[in-house]
Amino acid sequence: MSVVAPSIGAPADRIEGRDKVAGKATYAFEYEQVNVAYAAIVQSSIAKGTVRAVDSAAALALPGVLAVLSHENAPTLSAEGELAVLQSLEVSYRGQIVAAVIADSLETARHAGQLVRVDYDVAQHDVELRPDHPRLYKPDRVNPNFPTDSEQGDVEQALATATITVDETYTTPAQHNNPMEPHATIAVWENDGLTLYDSNQGAWRVAQTLAPIFGIDVGQVRVISPHVGGGFGSKGTPRPHAVLAAMCAQHVQRAVKLAVTRQQMFTLTGYRTPTIQRLQLGADRDGRISAIAHDVVEQTSTVQEFAEQTAVATRMMYASPNRRTTHRLVALNLPTPAWMRAPGECPGMYALESALDELAVACDLDPVELRIRNEPDVDPETGNRFSTRNLVACLREGAQRFGWSDRIPEPASRRAARWMVGMGVAAATYPARRAPSTAHANAEADGTFTIRITASDIGTGARTVLTQIAADTLDAPIERVRVEIGDSSSGPAQVAGGSSGTSSWGTAVVKACRLLRAGQTEVSVDTSDDVDGGEPLTKQAFGAHFAEVLVDVDTGEVRVPRMVGVFGCGRIINPKTARSQFIGGMTMGVSMALFEETLLDPHLGAYVNHDLAMYHVPTNADIGEIDVAWIDEEDFAVNPMGAKGLGEIGIVGCAAAVANAVYNATGIRIRDLPITPAKLVGRL
Amino acid sequence: MRRVSEHRRRHRGGVALKPFRYERAYDERAAIATLAATPGAKFLGGGTNLVDLMRLGVETPDLLVDVRRLASDRIDETDAGGLRIGAGVRNSDLAADARVRTRYPALAEALLAGASGQLRNLATTGGNLLQRTRCAYFQDVTTPCNKRDPGTGCPARDGEHRNLAIIGHSEHCVATHPSDMAVALVAFEAIVRVVGLGGGREIPLVDFHRLPGDTPQRDTVLERDELIVAVDVPALTVAVNSTYRKVRERASFAFALVSVAAALDVVDGEIRDVRIAFGGLAHKPWRAHVAEAALRGSAADTDAFRRAADAELAQAEPLRDNGYKVELARNTLVRTLQELAE
Repeated sequence: MSVVAPSIGAPADRIEGRDKVAGKATYAFEYEQVNVAYAAIVQSSIAKGTVRAVDSAAALALPGVLAVLSHENAPTLSAEGELAVLQSLEVSYRGQIVAAVIADSLETARHAGQLVRVDYDVAQHDVELRPDHPRLYKPDRVNPNFPTDSEQGDVEQALATATITVDETYTTPAQHNNPMEPHATIAVWENDGLTLYDSNQGAWRVAQTLAPIFGIDVGQVRVISPHVGGGFGSKGTPRPHAVLAAMCAQHVQRAVKLAVTRQQMFTLTGYRTPTIQRLQLGADRDGRISAIAHDVVEQTSTVQEFAEQTAVATRMMYASPNRRTTHRLVALNLPTPAWMRAPGECPGMYALESALDELAVACDLDPVELRIRNEPDVDPETGNRFSTRNLVACLREGAQRFGWSDRIPEPASRRAARWMVGMGVAAATYPARRAPSTAHANAEADGTFTIRITASDIGTGARTVLTQIAADTLDAPIERVRVEIGDSSSGPAQVAGGSSGTSSWGTAVVKACRLLRAGQTEVSVDTSDDVDGGEPLTKQAFGAHFAEVLVDVDTGEVRVPRMVGVFGCGRIINPKTARSQFIGGMTMGVSMALFEETLLDPHLGAYVNHDLAMYHVPTNADIGEIDVAWIDEEDFAVNPMGAKGLGEIGIVGCAAAVANAVYNATGIRIRDLPITPAKLVGRL
Repeated sequence: MRRVSEHRRRHRGGVALKPFRYERAYDERAAIATLAATPGAKFLGGGTNLVDLMRLGVETPDLLVDVRRLASDRIDETDAGGLRIGAGVRNSDLAADARVRTRYPALAEALLAGASGQLRNLATTGGNLLQRTRCAYFQDVTTPCNKRDPGTGCPARDGEHRNLAIIGHSEHCVATHPSDMAVALVAFEAIVRVVGLGGGREIPLVDFHRLPGDTPQRDTVLERDELIVAVDVPALTVAVNSTYRKVRERASFAFALVSVAAALDVVDGEIRDVRIAFGGLAHKPWRAHVAEAALRGSAADTDAFRRAADAELAQAEPLRDNGYKVELARNTLVRTLQELAE
């Protein structure tokens, strides 16, 4: 019988919290190195063409400059796509890396970077995403590995015979990840091995990716990343600067520090593709959906393909006998899109959940009730059971907490002084994934335990949560458990992505700790054989967002004083860090609804608002009361903790709840994010 | 294919850090003389904009003359019943001053609507007037910009300009002036006191900032060797009933889409005196003389406010994507006047 109070379920403080607030937690760029040099990136000023020549003379003449690296003197790498840094004369987007300067100081490197002169042959670029773009094509799969299209039943026939139809197009802009800590890498070559101090979401992934690029074994690369200041997907795979840092260090035979600037993050570290989404719904007068079609147009680059899975959540969200989803891409002369918190689900559910709201209006039905009426018994696409699906419970609990019954269905009915007041709802979902990981565990002589796993704590609380999981498995207090993460020498492990970190790493930690409990003192485990198998089930987290908005009748300024989010995410291992994750996701959802938009200048062929003064994320003043709750749920089909990942679901659907509330407040449906005063003023 | 040589098109990334010298000035005349004698020298105040622009490579001074030690940080009563604000007075101190808050509330509100608490603690009164536009192209040295690099063109006209000027712009520049403080000060007819090699002069703030015309590189009429030493705000009865309304997407720490500083004196339902200035509309804080003339002596009602706003904004020439600002400015002015009339 256990005598130790369980750790899982306890609101444990972050283990490294004190170190972080005291400035003692070391981030990538801060590692001290002997005889270190600094690299600065030189980026192309054209969007398409070829480099004719790189003139480094002026840069090299500057005292303190060690070298200028360009395609002319760069080593040949075994790399493709964005990571084939300096391997080609071809320029595929504005801001692509065309050279790097390495110098004794950061200031000298950056100054010299301005002195490198690059001549180009310029070609006509193509940067504008259009639904009728002649080069639209169908990718083979969409991220991470879904079929591109799906069709079940006869959608067109069902739409033609439906009593009520909705047929609208929703657009979302390009959005850029802006974690607090910009990407940074220190590269050190020693004894033919490469050590990287790097800000990433998966140290093993970085080692595994970079080793073959430099023709060395993965065992010769060590990536050290104990503290990471946010990522949101942008650090999920190594970015070009990490390759460049290693090249620079090799070239000058010194440790090299390379920090990506905030401005450079708008070209070098990925972004969420803009989307053009046509949503068609057919239903009877009672709101029972007979047809859903979700047709998506989005972009990729000419460097490599990234196909966001925007319509995938629509395949399983609501019961409807006839369903179609499609994804079409066009490759543009822009950087390659990549992961940004809930890629696919986030923009896709904005469109679907907005269309649901429009259907509720068309059917004169409460939007909560509409969703409940279309709740499927099994996954509509596969016919599989859901391991757990508590969407209805989330909607009901949320409606009660929010005071949904006070909502006036008729839009533009409520005023408070100069503010129009509205309420909106939207549903959320996100896959509950798990991937193989390895872990090592030791029972120390002093009665403590050490767990090593290449997990990443990107601000999520992963280190703390894994400690709680280990402590409970070991039946030990968390003070006796030390979990060491963020070091690729601990072996293969899942990245902190796809809301799968805790699920994947936790599975390995449990497996290792069970062996310790069984009497072993030093174990290494691999969960490759554990994460699949069993009954085919659809494993998804669900949630419901409720938002109250105020719209200034004169200016169209939108404020969000109050939100409620209720989630069914399995067992909550740490209520404190979980709450932070949900609040963070919802905050980013408000940001998506009202602020975030990277603005394209088609003439320049570039995104032009590339700093935090012009690319807006919310301030404290923009975020009102956020009430977060969760359904009592355990799902041991997902993992032995019974927990589902919760890093991304908080953003999914949130923008739709805000947009639906703006409609309720004003009677105006903005189908193009973000919802700005420019789009509302003069219409209120 | 077209061949280009890079010329002024510098690389992307905006991370220049050209070496520069730094001198701390203790004597006004010496500082001015140094600046006059040193091409590429600049005065340094709070540095909240200049240092940012140096990091971006937009400003590349050879010498910074730090005037913070010699700039007055005092707010004094003038003989004429107004206030003399030292050029070194911090934005946060000015906003907190009891005389400013009671006699010129729009000025305090404008200051508090600007930037963030941290920036306001550093930013000076003189420096605030001299801050540069936040036009995206101006701040990115890899793009053309007539203001930063005369003769290279204005990509904003046909490019991204939704937050740029609708009044008084030219084919060469469509930038807006970013200051909140200056909008309130223009409404209150403040005077900028400057000292140069040839002695001092007083410049009405409304004339201090320029329209871009064909020399958009010049934001103000200040000569190279001139140093702002103070800003005088005259005694102004109407200012007691004043306010500043800043419209922005984000609730804090964002530049204005449109802002209005307004003061209104209504007696028996009739407007006795009024002051109005707009921010976010032009290359300078925009004193709404036309609207003021329309309102003076008229009834203080919504119809009159609307007519006045329309009269002022009749001169607007919005660009492709910023026509919304006309309606936004109109609505914001009407609401602001309604609230002041209550």
